[in-house]
Amino acid sequence: MRFSYLEPEFLVERNLERCIRCQVCVRQCAFEAHRYDAASDVVTVDSSRCVGCLRCVTMCPTDALIVRQNPTTFKENANWTGRVIKNIYKQAETGGVLLTGMGNDRPYPIYWDHMVLNASQVTNPSIDPLREPMELKTYLGRKPERLDVSVKDGKISLNTKLAPQLELRMPVVFSALSYGAISFNASKALASAAYEFGTYYNTGEGGLHRDLYRYGERTIVQCASGRFGVHKDYLQAAAAIEIKIGQGAKPGIGGHLPGEKVSREVSRTRMIPEGSDALSPAPHHDIYSIEDLRQLIYALKEATRYEKPVSVKIAAVHNSAAIASGMVRAGADIIALDGIRGGTGAAPTTIRDNVGIPIELAIASVDQRLREEGIRHQASILAAGGFRSSSDVIKAIALGADAVYIGTSALVAMGCHLCQICYTGKCNWGIATQDPYLEKRLNPEIAKERLMNLLRAWEHEIKEMLGGMGINAIESLRGNRLHLRGVGLTDSELEILGILPAGR
Amino acid sequence: MRISAKGLHYRTLNEKIHHLVDSGAKSLHVTHVNGQRYIGGGLQGDIRLTLEGVPGNDLAAFMDGPRIRVKGNAQDGVANTMNAGEVIIDGNAGDVLGYGMRGGRVFIRGSVGYRVGIHMKSFEKQVPVMVVGGSARDFLGEYQAGGIILVLGLGLAPGEPIAGYMVGTGMHGGVMYVRGKVEDWQIGREVKIFELDEADYKTMRPHLRAFARAFRLDLDEIMAEPFLKMIPYSKRPYGRIYAY
Repeated sequence: MRFSYLEPEFLVERNLERCIRCQVCVRQCAFEAHRYDAASDVVTVDSSRCVGCLRCVTMCPTDALIVRQNPTTFKENANWTGRVIKNIYKQAETGGVLLTGMGNDRPYPIYWDHMVLNASQVTNPSIDPLREPMELKTYLGRKPERLDVSVKDGKISLNTKLAPQLELRMPVVFSALSYGAISFNASKALASAAYEFGTYYNTGEGGLHRDLYRYGERTIVQCASGRFGVHKDYLQAAAAIEIKIGQGAKPGIGGHLPGEKVSREVSRTRMIPEGSDALSPAPHHDIYSIEDLRQLIYALKEATRYEKPVSVKIAAVHNSAAIASGMVRAGADIIALDGIRGGTGAAPTTIRDNVGIPIELAIASVDQRLREEGIRHQASILAAGGFRSSSDVIKAIALGADAVYIGTSALVAMGCHLCQICYTGKCNWGIATQDPYLEKRLNPEIAKERLMNLLRAWEHEIKEMLGGMGINAIESLRGNRLHLRGVGLTDSELEILGILPAGR
Repeated sequence: MRISAKGLHYRTLNEKIHHLVDSGAKSLHVTHVNGQRYIGGGLQGDIRLTLEGVPGNDLAAFMDGPRIRVKGNAQDGVANTMNAGEVIIDGNAGDVLGYGMRGGRVFIRGSVGYRVGIHMKSFEKQVPVMVVGGSARDFLGEYQAGGIILVLGLGLAPGEPIAGYMVGTGMHGGVMYVRGKVEDWQIGREVKIFELDEADYKTMRPHLRAFARAFRLDLDEIMAEPFLKMIPYSKRPYGRIYAY
């Protein structure tokens, strides 16, 4: 290896009194930070190889390991921080584009943390969800202009033909995570958890593995610019189809699954040759306008005979509201918005960290625009991009979303430690890898249980918060911004979010 | 069975076709086709469709098996993400022909527009084939990941280009054969022009024979002119642009 100016990002410290030289750490680290020297019976550490995933720390039976941020610092400089200097070193050493995984880690304002919810006091009783019915069921899809109902002999019948809908037990859906970027076991865990819980998961653009067809009725399949694995049976198997235009982690650019991740199974699922790069062009080459988008939406509707809602996913950008209006008019039944904190398996760091807008502002402006134009009912809003907790979810609903997509939270539930090196394919947690040795570390049954536990916990918390506001159905909170107040926000931020400051 | 598309909205026409196919029709002859989109969209099985007139955009999109003959021109987006089957067009076709096409074959007697064969790909035994009788415009075979694109330049005026520019930009699989001249300035950085060898002729011949038969052309006459071949440098054109 060529000499590098880069100091290790982490220091791995081994407590030799505790270490029993069992070599678990050696076997667990795909980056080979730990090595065992049989001759001298010692385990050595190369901290420069550590990515900070904490797998070794978690698995060490004697708690002999500590991984911490390398405390060595460059001379203090407000402009030339260690991060900036290290990035320049990396690029000077390789001449390459900086690559990263997961969502934006820069300190942009998180508006969820500047919005507070209301609760009933005295004048409007709160509701206890443990003892009273509480409805979180959510339907995604186009709603009718009006309902034509006829009453005959006291029986009511609906004459309006309703557009196809997705029925969610609660307004949380697993976001697009493609097989290829994540392991089969991770895909299976997401699919089976969505299926058992009563929500949906999204295949991403990596196709649908043949063993996951049985979860089809709880599957949203994607049709992206590379059209990987897109064919009639794939479209037919799904509950809904999503046209992927953009992604919050990398708005405006395409995807690129490196050839080494295109294993035999990934190749079969994506329907591309083994070992070749899977290039998703930045644009769909048949979509240059709203009219072209309409053409693809209806091509998919025609191909599946109008039985499935069609979602269109875009990255939240400056003119999202106008684009969303066009998307609804183009026939999208669901508008999926992915904010600047949205995750990814691989993206150029500079794009991830600098392009797009926070999801909170996008939800507010899109919801507002669609309402003003009288077309809000024609499509549901599915928001994505860094939802961390049930309170983020409920605030998003109050702001105007119909439901949210969670990707990172779901990965964390399965064991992800956010070390952001998904693009290497060496995920020690068995999530973002195609290496059979690493993949089997993720037990799909246990991962499914963990995902369902997370959903159940959020479900209960959402009910508690709803009940506290005196509301017994999530429907009644949707777009009900009077239940939100802003704390520490500027006038223009409050105006865009459409909320009052706390105290008013 | 004959049906008329006269005055029908595409949704009505396509539902009619689906309905007939569901009830067992194996061969349909549709007359008065006039711009109706998505004909054959998502259709599966061993079915023949003959279309008289000009079908609209996205003909045979996501199609998986049927054979379509168009007695006329076609518009944009023919064979979009087609998985299997055959589309034969007696006239010209528009832009984005065969986008993401993964199998089956498309024969165009005349010329085609821009962005043709983008991201065509092959997979195991599925090797999509596209034969264009005339010429193609810019961005032919962009991002091509597999399959065979053949452009024959039949009936071009002297000096008329057989292809536009940016041919094969981002190409990382498959092959393009052009019966005529393509200059280096017309092609993308990821492709290179080669002379044909015996294996290439062996690859091309059955497709050209089928093409000649479909349009009653003389195969020997087609084969008599020199071809050139374009293939990508690498399966991984962008393998080395990242740091670490």
